[in-house]
Amino acid sequence: MSYCVNIKRMNEILKELQKEYKIYAPVRFEKRGRYSDTDLIRYAEINSIEDVVYDEKSDFSPKEVIYPITQRLFYFTEDEYMESKVDDKKILILARPCDINGFRRLDTIFLKNGGTEDIYYKRLREKVKFILMECKKGGWDSCFCVSMGSNKTDDYSLAIRFDSDNILVEIKDNEFTGLFANEKEVEFTPEFVTSNPTKVNIPEIDSYELLKKIYDLDMWKSYNSRCISCGACTAVCITCSCFTTLDVTYTENGKVGERRRVQASCMHEDFTTMAGGLSFRKTAGERMRFRTLHKIYDYKLRFKDEHMCVGCGRCDERCPELISFPATINRLYDEVEKLKKAETIKKDIRQTASIEEVK
Amino acid sequence: MSGNIMLPTPHKIIDIIRETENEYTFRIETIAKVKHGQFFQVSLPKVGEAPISVSAMGDGWVELTIRKVGKVTNEIFNLKPGDKIFMRGPYGNPFPLDDFKGKDLVIIAGGTGVSPVRSLLKYFYEHPDEIHSLYFIAGFKDEKSILFKEDLSNFRKRFNTIYTLDKDKIEGFEVGFVTEHIQKIPFNNFENYNVVIVGPPVMMHFAALECLKKGVTEDKIWLSFERKMSCGVGKCGHCKINETYVCLEGPVFNYTKAKNLLD
Repeated sequence: MSYCVNIKRMNEILKELQKEYKIYAPVRFEKRGRYSDTDLIRYAEINSIEDVVYDEKSDFSPKEVIYPITQRLFYFTEDEYMESKVDDKKILILARPCDINGFRRLDTIFLKNGGTEDIYYKRLREKVKFILMECKKGGWDSCFCVSMGSNKTDDYSLAIRFDSDNILVEIKDNEFTGLFANEKEVEFTPEFVTSNPTKVNIPEIDSYELLKKIYDLDMWKSYNSRCISCGACTAVCITCSCFTTLDVTYTENGKVGERRRVQASCMHEDFTTMAGGLSFRKTAGERMRFRTLHKIYDYKLRFKDEHMCVGCGRCDERCPELISFPATINRLYDEVEKLKKAETIKKDIRQTASIEEVK
Repeated sequence: MSGNIMLPTPHKIIDIIRETENEYTFRIETIAKVKHGQFFQVSLPKVGEAPISVSAMGDGWVELTIRKVGKVTNEIFNLKPGDKIFMRGPYGNPFPLDDFKGKDLVIIAGGTGVSPVRSLLKYFYEHPDEIHSLYFIAGFKDEKSILFKEDLSNFRKRFNTIYTLDKDKIEGFEVGFVTEHIQKIPFNNFENYNVVIVGPPVMMHFAALECLKKGVTEDKIWLSFERKMSCGVGKCGHCKINETYVCLEGPVFNYTKAKNLLD
C-alpha cells in the first residue's frame, strides 16, 4: 500500500514513531565539511522530516548507527568486567539501496564469519528497520552501484519519495500500516537507478597464478607516493568492518575504565604491525592492493554470493589525494586483461613450437 | 550476558617461570580444553589484549610463554602468582595430533617459535609409544635467548635433537641457522612422516624450501603463523591474508595452503 502524506502530517507520524524508534537519516552539518564554507552530510538522529538531506549524497555511510566509530564493549574495575548496554528503543534508518545492501556485508562478517555472532553488532542490528530512500535519477557522479549489482533492494519496511510539499510512502511492513490509515492512497513504488555515469569492470581472477602476477603489478607502486594511508576511504565505506580494541581508564579513578573497539583501517601503516614491530604490508601500494582485492575478489571468494564493494563511491569522493576507487578497479581490469592476453600469446607460441617439433 | 565472544574472564596465575630475561612462562588455572597449537586472547584491564599461544597444558592449567615486547606483555610481567589474568579462548586450528601419531615427526622451531610446539613435544615426551620417531631442531639467537632449558635437556633423552645458536658456541649447541641442519634429517628412511615448522616468517619460508629440496612433499609440512589480532574470532580483520583469516583457518596451516597465502 502507498500513500501521499503532506510534510506536516509526516512530522506527526515521525513523532508517533519516535515513541518506539530512534530515527536516523542523512543530516546537514553546516560548515563542518572538509573544505572552507562546505557542509558535511552524515547520519544523525532526526526530529523532523525537514532534517533529512534527501537530494544530496551523504559523505558518511549509515554504518555508524549500529557500528559506531568508537564503541564501549565493557567496563572494568580491578578484577571484574561488565558488559556495556544499549538503548531499548528500536532503530529506523533512512537508507539508499547501496547502503542497505552494504549492511548485508557487515552482517556476514559480524554474524556469520567464523561461525560466531558478535553480540555488540547483533544487539543493535536486530533493532533495525530500513526506510528506503530513493536516489536521484542516475545516482551521483561517483556512484557505481549498477556495476556492483547493489542498485536495488527489497529489504525495507517503508520506501519514500520526497516531493516539494508531499512525501510518497510505500508500506511493506504491516507494523506501520495503522499510522497511515487516514492518508490518501496513491500508486507508488520506489524507482531504482539503472545506469550510473561511472562504470566499473570487475576483473575475473580465475587462477592462483594470475593472482600472484596481480600482486607483482607495477600499478600498485604508483600508490606508494600518492596514497597517504589516512584511511579516509575505509572510514566512509559502508562495508568496512575492521576494528582495534583499546583500553581507557577514567581520570577520576585510574583503576576503573572501559574497553572500546575503534574502527580500524587496512590502509593505516600499523594495521598489521605486531608487538615487536614485525608487519606485513609495509607500503601504501601493498595496502591499496589488499583493500582493492578484498573489495572485489577475496570477500566473494570466501562468502561466494557477492562482492564486498557496493559501489557507493564515497571512498572516491573522500580521498584527499583524489585517488578514485572505480578508476583503480578499471585499471586493474585492464592490467588483468593484458596479463591474460600475454598468457594466451605464450600458450600459442608454445603450441606452435610443439607442432613444429612434431613435424 | 552469555555468548559474548569478546568478554574475557579472570583466571588465576599459579606460577611464573623465568625462561630468559625477556621471556617468562605463566602457568594459569583453567578448565578449558586446549589442543596443541591453539592460542588465547590474553588481556589486562587498563592495558589491552594480545593473542598468546599455549606452550604447555595439564589438568586444570595451561602455560603461556610470553615475550616482553609490547604494551600488554610489559604489564603482564608485573604480575605475581595468585594474581588474576584475563583470557578468552582457546582459539584457532591446532596441529593435527592424531595424524602425527605412529609416524615420524620432524619439528623445526626458531626462537619463540619453540613455544607453540612445546606442548606437542611434551605430549610425545610423555607418550613415547605414540610416535615412531621425533626429530627436533631448535634454533636460538644466542645463549641468553635459549628457552625451556630443562625441557630441551629432557627432550634430548627421548628425541633426536639438534639445538643451535646463530653465532655463539656453547656446549650442546651447534652453530648456525636451523635451515643448515635440516639436511641431517633422514627423510629417506621415513615411510610416513610430518614436518612442523614454527618461527619468524623468513625462517619458516627457508626451512620449508630446504625441506622441499630434501624431497619432502608439501602436504607433509605444517606451519604456525603469527599475526596481529584484535578479536581472534574472524571479526576485526587484522589477521586476514587473501580470503583467509589466520585466527579461524590458522594459526596452524598445512603448507599446501600456507604457500598460497600472499601478504
